[in-house]
Amino acid sequence: MSKVIEGLYYSESHEWVKVEGAYGYIGITDYAQHALGNIVYVDMPDVDDEVEKDAEFGAVESVKAASDLISPVSGKVVEVNEVLEDQPELLNQDAYANWIIKVELTDTTDLDSLMDAKAYEATCKE
Amino acid sequence: MNYKYFPHTEADIRHMLERIGVRSLDELYADVPESVLLKRDYDLPSSLSETEIRDYFRRLGEKNRSLTIFAGAGAYDHYAPSVISQLISRAEFLTAYTPYQPEISQGTLQYIFEFQSMISELTGLECTNASMYDGTTAAAEAMLMAVAAGKKKNRVLISATVHPNTLEVVSTYAKFHGVQLDVIPACDGVTDKGAMEQMLEAGDVAGVIVCSPNKYGIIEDFTGFADAIHAKKGLFIVLADPSALAVLKTPAEWGADIACGDGQTLGMPLNYGGPYVGYLSCTKDLVRKLPGRIVGATTDVDGKRAFVLTLQAREQHIRREKANSNICSNQSLMALYVTIYMALMGKQGLREVNEMSYSGAHYLYERLLGTGKFEVLYDRPFLKEFTLRSLLPVEAVQQKLLDNGIFGGIEVEKGCLSFCVTEKRTKEEIDKLVAVIEEV
Amino acid sequence: MKYYDKLIFELSKEGRKGYTLPENRMKEYALTALPDGLKRADVPELPEVSEFDVVRHYTNISNKNFGVDTGFYPLGSCTMKYNPKINEEICSLPAFTGLHPLQPAVTAQGALEVYYNLSRALAEIAGLAEFTLNPFAGAHGELTGLMIMRQYHIKRGDLKRTKVIVPDSAHGTNPASAAVCGLTVVEVKSKPDGRIDVDDLKPLLDDTIAGIMMTNPNTLGLFETEVLEIAKLVHGCGGLLYYDGANLNPLLGKCRPGDMGFDIMHINLHKTFSTPHGGGGPGSGPVGVAKALVDYLPNPQVRKADDGTFYLHRSEDSLGRISGFIGNFGVMMRAYTYILSLGKEYIKYVGPLATLNANYIKESLKDCYYLPIESVCKHEFVFDGLKDKSTGVTTLDVAKRLLDYGYHAPTIYFPLLFHQSIMIEPTETESLETLDEFIEVMRKVAKEAIECPDEVKTAPHNTPVRRLDETTAAKHPILRYRDLAH
Repeated sequence: MSKVIEGLYYSESHEWVKVEGAYGYIGITDYAQHALGNIVYVDMPDVDDEVEKDAEFGAVESVKAASDLISPVSGKVVEVNEVLEDQPELLNQDAYANWIIKVELTDTTDLDSLMDAKAYEATCKE
Repeated sequence: MNYKYFPHTEADIRHMLERIGVRSLDELYADVPESVLLKRDYDLPSSLSETEIRDYFRRLGEKNRSLTIFAGAGAYDHYAPSVISQLISRAEFLTAYTPYQPEISQGTLQYIFEFQSMISELTGLECTNASMYDGTTAAAEAMLMAVAAGKKKNRVLISATVHPNTLEVVSTYAKFHGVQLDVIPACDGVTDKGAMEQMLEAGDVAGVIVCSPNKYGIIEDFTGFADAIHAKKGLFIVLADPSALAVLKTPAEWGADIACGDGQTLGMPLNYGGPYVGYLSCTKDLVRKLPGRIVGATTDVDGKRAFVLTLQAREQHIRREKANSNICSNQSLMALYVTIYMALMGKQGLREVNEMSYSGAHYLYERLLGTGKFEVLYDRPFLKEFTLRSLLPVEAVQQKLLDNGIFGGIEVEKGCLSFCVTEKRTKEEIDKLVAVIEEV
Repeated sequence: MKYYDKLIFELSKEGRKGYTLPENRMKEYALTALPDGLKRADVPELPEVSEFDVVRHYTNISNKNFGVDTGFYPLGSCTMKYNPKINEEICSLPAFTGLHPLQPAVTAQGALEVYYNLSRALAEIAGLAEFTLNPFAGAHGELTGLMIMRQYHIKRGDLKRTKVIVPDSAHGTNPASAAVCGLTVVEVKSKPDGRIDVDDLKPLLDDTIAGIMMTNPNTLGLFETEVLEIAKLVHGCGGLLYYDGANLNPLLGKCRPGDMGFDIMHINLHKTFSTPHGGGGPGSGPVGVAKALVDYLPNPQVRKADDGTFYLHRSEDSLGRISGFIGNFGVMMRAYTYILSLGKEYIKYVGPLATLNANYIKESLKDCYYLPIESVCKHEFVFDGLKDKSTGVTTLDVAKRLLDYGYHAPTIYFPLLFHQSIMIEPTETESLETLDEFIEVMRKVAKEAIECPDEVKTAPHNTPVRRLDETTAAKHPILRYRDLAH
């Protein structure tokens, strides 16, 4: 059973967003890390890159699989989680404690189309 | 149906058809639309016995002419130790597939690791893949790498001094992939640095491809290139002859991000153009953009050192249309060939090969100028290949050489001929070439 | 035998050498004269070893490999047939190996004749007009074929055709080649019977479609029975049909892609035409085209003049050059030798016997491995893992256990249509006895999965090395000797 936590916004492609003021932290869900298996590499954008809602901004790789990271929101990257460069396995250990990028949100209405914990949990069960 | 490659007896076939539950071999094709079933024999020659095959190819071979090679232009006649062909013929190497099952493919995986290590020694760059088809396609893949790494940037510059066939192949890939490829003009036989800097100004350049020794044989000086390119966030790609890198300044020393070229110069037979082996090296930062197979070191469950295909999540079988390249093999046996070559020649042997080629080429250069039938085209340093302006009609020179069993004098530019001398060419052969020219 | 695990670098000792060169008699021209700024600062750390060191080293590591000559290699989609020895003898003839690729055509007539004759033979077998032999491998042929497809549309001034249809069962290379060629991939679904869903295809067909890529039989080893209807539909919308020749082997003697309506195809000489895989190459990926596309083939093209001589031709409408010279000539020599050996009398049995072998294995194992699609297959077929899934033994475990018993594993986890794919292709060169022994071992492994699953889950046990730590290898790549901890 994969973990889902309250207070985050979730996308159908298994990313989560945590909103703090004008900023959003984006990561992958426990379901996603589980499906991938041992994560060996996280391909992240550079600071100042623009990310677009529903467009890819990087990828997560395991030994025999790769999954694109799809941004749930539009915005500008203000920080990337550099710890993941050397320790990608942190995503396996706790997918919610380890965000991948922090973006300055362009439009908070982007969040309207995302799911809450309950709705996301339901999609994972399908 | 009784042929030496088919072990099936009539009884075997009957038994097998019975197990399957069909009456005839034809019935196995019952799902093929009647209209496309071939109801005749192919229009092909009749089966030949081994004796007849040998005879056939012997006669065909007589239609070729064995020539003394004084030409390069992308294919070089170097010496190959006898050991190599014997070892690469071992069936365990020859008849294996790509090393998908590492537990029973350590032979292949280990020599690829050695290949990567040796090529990295020559280029000075940390990461080398398991090899590419040839030097020209390696250059095209380097271009695709630059575009992939450059995110939205879609323009690549290539020097007019790269070998023409490489330029053509890179252009083909660029055209279909949608890369804007612009040619940096040459100035006095080398890449025009000022022109390159101007072309970089627009800021949309993902990479710059240069070549040394170049199509004239000239060893180019890339001082300042890396800084200029990196200032515009482009990648610096150097095409280089790996044999020559035993003595020449390495791509890494020039500040290159990617090096590529053809390993044919590492003692491989000319073979009418192939198989050869391309190589592709890059800095550590770019390894996730490096196409093709890559072998890495690891351990097995018992802690034994072992080798395995790694970073596979970059590749086409996982990324499908999002992969940076469609390559799904390497030129493995040829990578083994050059690995054994480099092992045998070692650091000393490769140096000597270059010294001897240098000596022979410079001797020929001086002798040819001495005939008064050629003049200097560009007065620049070269290694084993050089280009002179011919004062005689080009065709007359080429024909006279051919009449005397010599292949040399490739027209690199209107009225200008290139010659190449490797360690295989003796002083007598060089003197003969000069004597032939004297007669034109 | 003693376990050998040295790298060549670990045999190195200063002062040893493995070569001889003649004396340099022109050494007054010394390389030291080159400007320092053009010379490398250090010496590359290549090994210093004797000739015999090299011979023993590579002989020893070869013993850790498994080739077709070692044992049965039922690797699906790879057509691991016997690689005849005469091919090797012929391709090593000095009259061919010594030819410089740029030497004038008049001095290489024998080589050009081999190229030309092989291209004609392939055209006859494929039912197409002309072949280029320039592409270096299957994937390279595929890319070349798609370039021809695009060039055809470009030359007609039809620039909006930038999409190519690829079935969901396709080889991963198909979409990758399309992307490198600048085409967008549109996926068409398979029906429950494993074949292309024509109803799913129809709505995709419009004036933005450049063509479709198909392999027939498909990656499940099933003949696409509606191929004629598909050809009609795709041609009807102005697109072309590309045939991925990876699965050509079962068609030899029975039918030709050109007759099914395909316009472009590649052939893997290292699959269907018996040239060795060489541990991953060199291969050769000739590309054939229908008459209307001949001018778009890559340059240079080998042509025959009226007087019977051969020459290199450059077509103005060509897509361009895709290889340094004219491809992997040495591989062509082998393939042509194979065709001449079999001749028209025997080559026609290749397909039926390959198909016979595949069906025999399938029927003999379907009670213990799950066969998702019950149908006569062609040269290969796919199981979706063990029939009894309760043991937790996966396809990977079965594959690894086979190594213990002296077999190469089948292709696993492909095609992606199933979760536990085991794709088996025996080829026509394997005997009934070999197949029976393999069937027996497969049954034994299925039994072990129930009786002693841990033995299977921890396999292999008897191989030179056992399961590898691939996670660490990918997380912290060590790609050269210098970076290994000594």
